Amino acid sequence: MIKTDTIIIGAGPIGLFAVHQLGIKGLKAVVIDNLDRAGGQCIELYPDKPIYDIPAVPECTGEELTKKLLEQIKPFNADFFLNERVDEVKQDKKNWIVKTNNNNEFYAPNIIIAGGVGSFEPRKLTVKEAEKFEEKSIFYSVRDKQKFKNKNISIFGGGDSALDWALELSKFSKINLIHRRDKFRGAPHTLSEIKKLEKNGRISIKTSCQLESIDGNEVIKSINVKYEDGKIENIKTDFVLSFFGLIMKLGPIAEWGLNMNKKTIEVNSENFETSKKGIFAVGDICNYPGKLKLILSGFHEVALASVECFKRARPDEKYRFEFTTSSKTIQDRLGKK
Amino acid sequence: MPKITYQDNKGNSKTIEVEKGLTVMEGAIQNDIPGIDADCGGSMACATCHVYVEEKWLDKILKAEEAEVDMIDMAYEPKKNSRLSCQLIVTDELDGLKVTTPAQQS
Repeated sequence: MIKTDTIIIGAGPIGLFAVHQLGIKGLKAVVIDNLDRAGGQCIELYPDKPIYDIPAVPECTGEELTKKLLEQIKPFNADFFLNERVDEVKQDKKNWIVKTNNNNEFYAPNIIIAGGVGSFEPRKLTVKEAEKFEEKSIFYSVRDKQKFKNKNISIFGGGDSALDWALELSKFSKINLIHRRDKFRGAPHTLSEIKKLEKNGRISIKTSCQLESIDGNEVIKSINVKYEDGKIENIKTDFVLSFFGLIMKLGPIAEWGLNMNKKTIEVNSENFETSKKGIFAVGDICNYPGKLKLILSGFHEVALASVECFKRARPDEKYRFEFTTSSKTIQDRLGKK
Repeated sequence: MPKITYQDNKGNSKTIEVEKGLTVMEGAIQNDIPGIDADCGGSMACATCHVYVEEKWLDKILKAEEAEVDMIDMAYEPKKNSRLSCQLIVTDELDGLKVTTPAQQS
């Protein structure tokens, strides 16, 4: 069991800034996130899109913002537990025990939920047979490409993941690249490589069609795609790879007994505590009168939440409000001389 | 105020007045219309406010920009009349607009 002052759920911009606000108050934190890297929506949904409303930063991308935040919290050496989802939250008197799907256990007086809209999961195919073939013949990511050697592979999607894997797997397999329209979003260079391979028959590009049905018992034998004009084509297929990006699922958060409003958690706007003492919610996931889903609002929310976290983690100490510009203690914590 | 009709995939529909300047997505969220999730809050980053626009309105609404069409690639069961409702801004001209929500958003 790992003991700390605050367990932060979510490594998006607000979860990262939580490390800072706790850190300058002398509190330790761990950060848990379901994704394999920090950044949350900023890094998964819009890494290259510009953000124009971070105070004093006229323009930056989601990726740049994440990098800057990671740099800003470096002095506090927070432990990150990535690729882990919090499944269970239990009370132990004035403390909380958090368990993840990776069997890690954490113990702290405070939990800050900075979970955005929940955890990211691949967007799955909707045809009804798709579920029973999942992880057998249908995959939403490639872990071991050897598995896909000398097979007939149908890849769905029009972005970089679909194009990159079409190109990579075409080295040793027959690829069908299937997309709903004739324009691909992925890198033009990759697309032109793929078009070259189409000429020599390694890759077959099928556009303006979508998955209609799947044939097979234990494993897939073939798939049917339907074109815009209604025509159906049967394609011999061993494996389907589907790349339709990520969606956000609230997941277990809904079962922690917090007051919820649709997919958001009710908090007070004084310290962003939820209906449970010591559990805070900040950023997109929290809800209070006037809430705006902006990164800058999340920064404010977590600054206030961290004060209450301090009071709970250090009940015998008096909280002193300090400025980073003048406080020697804070500057020590930041490693500044 | 312009009236917008939201129909679910089973044919149940609700017509509500949506203030000009709001998006069709915001009209849905503020009025608890099921079937529009809008997880990203309207930043064209999630495709969970995907709707099918009634054919006769397609000429009357502004064409989707490239980023929107790119995002619709990710939506469940996109069709020719697919749009992201966060990009449809309600105006007087859209009075009577009808959109249908897909079977699934996320």
